[in-house]
Amino acid sequence: MTNRPRRKQGTLAIFGDFWQFMRVRKKWWLAPILITMLLLSALIVVTQGSAVAPFIYALF
Amino acid sequence: MNILGLSCFYHDSAAALLRDGDLVAAAHEERFTRKRHDPDLPKQAVRYCLDAAGIGMDDVDYVVFYDKPFVKFERILLTYLATFPRSLASFTKAMPVWLREKLWVPQVIQRELDFDGEVLFSEHHQSHAASAFLPSPFDEAAILTLDGVGEWATATHGVGRGNRFELLREIRFPHSLGLLYSAFTYYLGFKVNSAEYKVMGAAPYGKPRYYDLILKELVDLRDDGSFKLDMKYFAYDYGLTMTNSRFSKLFGHPVRAPESKMEEFHWDMAASVQKVTEEVVLRMVRDLHAKTGMKNLCMAGGVALNCVANGRVIREGPFENLWVQPAAGDAGGALGAALFAHHNVLGNPRSFRMDHAYWGPEYSDDEIERFLAHRGAPYRRLSRDEMIEWTARQLDESQAVVGWFQGRMEWGPRSLGSRSILADARNEENWKRVNLKIKFRESFRPFAPAVLEEKCAEWFDLDRESPYMLLVCQVRPDRRIPAVTHVDGSARVQTVRRDQHAEFYDLLQAFDRRTGCPVLINTSFNVRGEPIVRTPEDAYLCFMRTNMDVLVLGNCVLEKKDQPELREDFDWREKYALD
Repeated sequence: MTNRPRRKQGTLAIFGDFWQFMRVRKKWWLAPILITMLLLSALIVVTQGSAVAPFIYALF
Repeated sequence: MNILGLSCFYHDSAAALLRDGDLVAAAHEERFTRKRHDPDLPKQAVRYCLDAAGIGMDDVDYVVFYDKPFVKFERILLTYLATFPRSLASFTKAMPVWLREKLWVPQVIQRELDFDGEVLFSEHHQSHAASAFLPSPFDEAAILTLDGVGEWATATHGVGRGNRFELLREIRFPHSLGLLYSAFTYYLGFKVNSAEYKVMGAAPYGKPRYYDLILKELVDLRDDGSFKLDMKYFAYDYGLTMTNSRFSKLFGHPVRAPESKMEEFHWDMAASVQKVTEEVVLRMVRDLHAKTGMKNLCMAGGVALNCVANGRVIREGPFENLWVQPAAGDAGGALGAALFAHHNVLGNPRSFRMDHAYWGPEYSDDEIERFLAHRGAPYRRLSRDEMIEWTARQLDESQAVVGWFQGRMEWGPRSLGSRSILADARNEENWKRVNLKIKFRESFRPFAPAVLEEKCAEWFDLDRESPYMLLVCQVRPDRRIPAVTHVDGSARVQTVRRDQHAEFYDLLQAFDRRTGCPVLINTSFNVRGEPIVRTPEDAYLCFMRTNMDVLVLGNCVLEKKDQPELREDFDWREKYALD
């Protein structure tokens, strides 16, 4: 067994990763798109895809 | 230190494991799951790599993923925005997969592989470049990567020195030589990301009548090999097809229906795009040489599997030496990603040189015997020398088509003597026989020869080794090996040295002793649409389902005439979608 640090990335870590990505690469224009996409992704995960379509229409 | 490299979620997923910088094991997931070009997380390939090293995931220091999902996602979003509303259909298909899986790579890897360490990322073309330069025999070399697309880059030029390399320039999506070739693959009725090699095989049957038209309308090619595509003819940046109606109108024909008859037009189109590809690669290589002044060149990326272009790079290019990663496609990114982390990120010195491609699973004679006994398959176990002599005799006297299963499975898309179907290359009938009755594939497709390395120059116009079957050259005009000689007199040669694969080398030598010919047909041990066999069971089933005469599993030999009828309750041909 190695001595490396042990840490599992949680689901919410993706927000931090995206923040770093936009900051380092100066891609702030992605922010509104990503926020919408991540809300959608949460919706898809919660609903497992079955009832997504009506919500999409409501969102847009 | 153990570093696990992964490539997955697109096509050809694979895993490779480094221990202190040396490659221990590498394998393609498709060989385990029996699903061609399997894109899923390579769980079984990872399991195999860990077993081969005798370690568990707790012993892995880093997992390295072969591209950067966020950067790729940014490219995809930007492309969809730029092409909206035409991109809507593609967008709605792509997004669920991205939102469910592709954006969550570290989480998926940690969860599915039960890994609690750090997941690192290298860029797609960094992975290709690393897989090309870092395991090469060169201390310094120019690097050329060419493929469909990674994040943004579709081609990169770089320089490697010692344990590091740097990418200097790139061509960006949507301008892509790989995607241009794939667009023609699609237009000619073949599967994209799968059957590009069929276009290459079809090219010698045609004339490059559309070469000028392609360069005039589709590709704005510059002297240094850089280019832009006129995207009004293509649909891959917004749609679910590679080309659009303008493309069909330009060439005056609709997209060819898969499996329909190849007409003269199709052969000519294959020849034309092949010639354009070679021209682009040659210009890039000349420019790279002029800018770096180096004598060695390393290549990777899917386009580097175009062995006809590679052959021209050797013959007409300015570099003295060329090394191409055997798994030049995306699977090789797994190895490249691990090497990138070990050398470029962690700064470790280079120790590993890849001098063979046998990094997959192997099976002992005892394991093979246990399987055959369980299966109730009649066989004989011979001594090693007897097995070699018996197989050579079968190939020569009986003109048998032999299923040949020896040692560790190959890394990369080619069968190189570990999981191969072999036959006598002097017999023209063997070409048709193996194509139609054993592989069940298109009759136009050529077979490759394997040759003893020291006798290669006597039979082929090739003055160097080609252990990974990645160079095409001419067969010497005074030599008659019609089963492996393409219509233009060329062959895709594999040279074999004893230190690379002793059993295969000894077989070629035994065949040479009997016949005066050190050449055999060497084609992959599978049927059309099936991944190359991995286990003795895969090999036995493939042997029994086809018209192969003989199966050699390690030192165990089986003859078809002795075998009981195979009782399977399904039509195996439906199991494998045509490639």
